Amino acid sequence: MIELIEGVLLTMLAAVTIAIVRQHNLFGVVILAGVYSFLMASVLIVLDAVDVAMTEASVGAGISTVILLATLYLTGSREDPPAHTPALPLFVATVTGAALIWGTFQLPGFGVAHSPIHDHVAPAYLEASTKHEMPPNVVTAVLADFRGYDTLGETTVIFTAGIGVMLLLRGRRKRQHGSAKEASDT
Amino acid sequence: MIEWQAIVGHYNYYVTVFLMVAGLYIVIAHGNMIKSLIGLGLFQTSVYLLYISPGKIVGGTAPIIDPKYTDYSNPLPHVLILTAIVVGVATLALGLALVVRISEEYGTVDEDEIVAMDQDQ
Repeated sequence: MIELIEGVLLTMLAAVTIAIVRQHNLFGVVILAGVYSFLMASVLIVLDAVDVAMTEASVGAGISTVILLATLYLTGSREDPPAHTPALPLFVATVTGAALIWGTFQLPGFGVAHSPIHDHVAPAYLEASTKHEMPPNVVTAVLADFRGYDTLGETTVIFTAGIGVMLLLRGRRKRQHGSAKEASDT
Repeated sequence: MIEWQAIVGHYNYYVTVFLMVAGLYIVIAHGNMIKSLIGLGLFQTSVYLLYISPGKIVGGTAPIIDPKYTDYSNPLPHVLILTAIVVGVATLALGLALVVRISEEYGTVDEDEIVAMDQDQ
């Protein structure tokens, strides 16, 4: 049953992706990207990744859509028809795809309980978080306690990106005022 | 019949590869920088799927400890991908800020037009 639900959701995800590739109105592309993120969040719920699904729905479908729409407001939403024929990109994509599909042949099937990924680190985390009376949600325990340095690094990345965005957009209002003044002077 | 089962069991991976390749195609084929960034986002989300789908156990539940359950899906990929999502939106924001800046300077966000302008100078 779970395979069926997952299969349907994944097929819808692939369909939305095709629509994103073919759509030339950037406003449409941004909205489709939001739809894509919500579908991805549903798939993640089916795959038991509830925390990731919540983050994807709020960050991927929420914040990303907002900043993309803000950028469209500032730059315009028209995409010119492509100047080149898409033969080379199509070739690169097909070869990469074929190599990746070839790579999946040896992978264990969906949902098998004794594949190598479940045998090594994960049981230790599950056991230790019970033993040390960490939060019942193991994802929280691993994120904040066992792998706290990862989260520290993550916040550093966000801080750096925030400073970068501020520096890039800082002079914007001043520049616009300046050009408006010049225009009124002449 | 066994072949058919193998295909169903790997359907996740096939869709993951398709999303990845579609993202790659958008990044290479489209000159518009905003669309390229969305393509990059597609590529990124396909990696989420690549990490999370092997962590699922059929019959297991979300990794929240409760005496009623014994089988939990693997929590480690979830943690790694939580970090990846947030870093992804940070990169997207920085990339879009660059796009806004480029559009102020050149009046366009199309790569080909920008290259042509640079060559004219």
